[in-house]
Amino acid sequence: MTSIVLKDLTLPSGEGADIVISEGVITAIGKSSDVGIDCAGLQVLPGFVDVHTHLREPGFEASETIESGSRAAAAGGYTAVMAMANTHPVTDTAEVADFIFDSGIKAGLIDVQPIGSVTKGLQGEQLSDIVGLASARSRVRMFSDDGVCVFNENLLREALLAVKEFDGVIAQHAQDPTLTVGSQMNAGALATELGLAGWPALAEESIIERDALIAEATGSRLHICHLTTAGAIEVVRWAKKRGINITAEVTPHHLLLTEDLVRSYDPVYKVNPPLRTHEDTLALRAALLDGTIDVLGTDHAPHSAEKKQCEWQNAAFGMVGLEHAASVLQEVLIGHGGDWQQFAKILSTKPAQIASLANHGKIEVGATANLALIDPSAKRLIESQTQSKSTNNPFAGITLPGQVVHTIYRGRFTVRDTKVQDPA
Amino acid sequence: MKHLTSIRELDTAAALSLLDNSQQLSLINEREVKKLPFLRGKTVVNLFFENSTRTRISFEVAAKRLSADVINVAAESSSVAKGESLKDTAQTLQAIGADAIVIRHPLSGAPKLLADQGWISASVINAGDGAHEHPTQALLDALTIRQGLGLSTDLSGLKVLIVGDIRHSRVARSNILLLNLLGASVTVAGPKTLIPEGIEEMGTRTLHSFEEALSEKPDVVMMLRVQKERMQGEFFNSPADYSRAWSLEGQRLAMVSKNALIMHPGPMNRGFEISSQAADDPRSQVLKQVTNGVAVRMAVLYRCLSGESQ
Repeated sequence: MTSIVLKDLTLPSGEGADIVISEGVITAIGKSSDVGIDCAGLQVLPGFVDVHTHLREPGFEASETIESGSRAAAAGGYTAVMAMANTHPVTDTAEVADFIFDSGIKAGLIDVQPIGSVTKGLQGEQLSDIVGLASARSRVRMFSDDGVCVFNENLLREALLAVKEFDGVIAQHAQDPTLTVGSQMNAGALATELGLAGWPALAEESIIERDALIAEATGSRLHICHLTTAGAIEVVRWAKKRGINITAEVTPHHLLLTEDLVRSYDPVYKVNPPLRTHEDTLALRAALLDGTIDVLGTDHAPHSAEKKQCEWQNAAFGMVGLEHAASVLQEVLIGHGGDWQQFAKILSTKPAQIASLANHGKIEVGATANLALIDPSAKRLIESQTQSKSTNNPFAGITLPGQVVHTIYRGRFTVRDTKVQDPA
Repeated sequence: MKHLTSIRELDTAAALSLLDNSQQLSLINEREVKKLPFLRGKTVVNLFFENSTRTRISFEVAAKRLSADVINVAAESSSVAKGESLKDTAQTLQAIGADAIVIRHPLSGAPKLLADQGWISASVINAGDGAHEHPTQALLDALTIRQGLGLSTDLSGLKVLIVGDIRHSRVARSNILLLNLLGASVTVAGPKTLIPEGIEEMGTRTLHSFEEALSEKPDVVMMLRVQKERMQGEFFNSPADYSRAWSLEGQRLAMVSKNALIMHPGPMNRGFEISSQAADDPRSQVLKQVTNGVAVRMAVLYRCLSGESQ
């Protein structure tokens, strides 16, 4: 493997520097006398890590494959993603986890790390083979039934105790199913006008509070997926103050988009949890700034066209996000009280810690060269067609700042000059 | 206008113009030869995913009086029952030559989706979608109120009371929006379980006592149909309890002003939400509403298909 010299880039601290990469590792940060790739004007960041991606393989390859999802991730500046367990078959055994892990290696563009399901078949009745998943080749550390809530308190408690053995984490989809039967959108006046069943904030907030207390009792790590309400932030703030080992995530769409888009009845805006109010988006941004929310997770959820080109109530929940997450974060953070160091923490360092990915989240000599280089001055009109196999892109038609110019994964370009590179 | 999927698409001027047009067109319904050539050569498809004899027939008569060809598609007897998507069904109807699709659908938003997604170029007219809207019903109600109270412009200063199952009612939603456009003040009344969260933001007050609402002497009392299965269980104790508190009957009928109008979109559950005495009262507009339905739907079809703005 040859060495790469990146010239005149800007570090997250704001300092200018050159970075030298050799044999997949960062070997020097500072002034290099070697000639190299001109990176003037580019912001270097540790390669992004997504704790919440649906890659759809195995089982739903019409929507996404590990290969196409990897391309989308690389294009978005990611060097690692956590693949959610709601595959078919469900990722509740070592065999499925290792298949996903190996397929990621084969695709060769990012680290694909499987998430195990908490319960068998996502049925919420019996725990998955958590020990078997943890000791598989793919060393599963994160567990989630995302898409559905682990509603049974005792099962959740047992799962938290099980993952504590290896410092694993449970990622909870906080949604009380009894309060959200048939729910289609945020509850409130707009849902009433549109004649759609509401998804009340209470259904999210009550589960987070309950789960925080269970995590306190077990002393385990609990991660809350996709926070969406101002009230949920208050609960997480309370739990952190109490010393509970809890982390929280927000998605790009919940930071930027609001329930008003549902007026169109266009299912591209149908997502679970639903888009909320403008006030909620402001509260989520403030919570990201003050650290109550730890990470940005995309909840990248590709769906094939026929699952979205139908009546709202018949459409699938979910939207893609890998290729625009960094731009959304730049839009809401930079120039609004946040800086690039905080950006790096939210999109890389902290998610890598939550997911126990030692080779990500760092720009330092001796670290694996997983880097994203973005042009913060770029403005781009988002198109629905991207690297993903699916086009359920709610950001289409919006102009966002920032463009991923290069992504470097294990010392190799996976994106160069905005073009996804074929793996070596 | 090209489509009519929601009252939200109208402003006050457009609503008044539609009512004026409807008034003119209603005269044709009194002639011996009830036919105008305006939509000759146009094809109107009534695409009904839900049973509704009266709305379907009303649209059919309206289209025929304007000389359009009419095709009725009942979804349960079509390929929809075999799992065809709304998109494919609509594109098939357009390929056959539909210029307008009048759609009734149990799912809120289906008409707007059809109008906006670019799947078809035909006009889309909402004949009732889920718990969302029923815009032609609101228009025919407004026309009936104008005629019944001898008005010729808007409904400024009128007090309209809507009573019953507001939660599940598309008629209530369209009426609240249109009555606001026309300057009326709207109050809805019903049991707490049947008044949905935030309905006030659409432009209405909410009361939970029929007597209190009637004591304000509304100019119009609009009763809504309440499905019997919703009078028991989750929303209400029993049909008898519902009737005791919310039926327009006896003492309550006596509270309605002498010159006020009693309305009901039909079909009525006589003896449940409305007594026969109220339904057959001289103040009752129920049949006038049905008659006006044809004129309003003629105006809407003409406006959507002729390409004229106002």
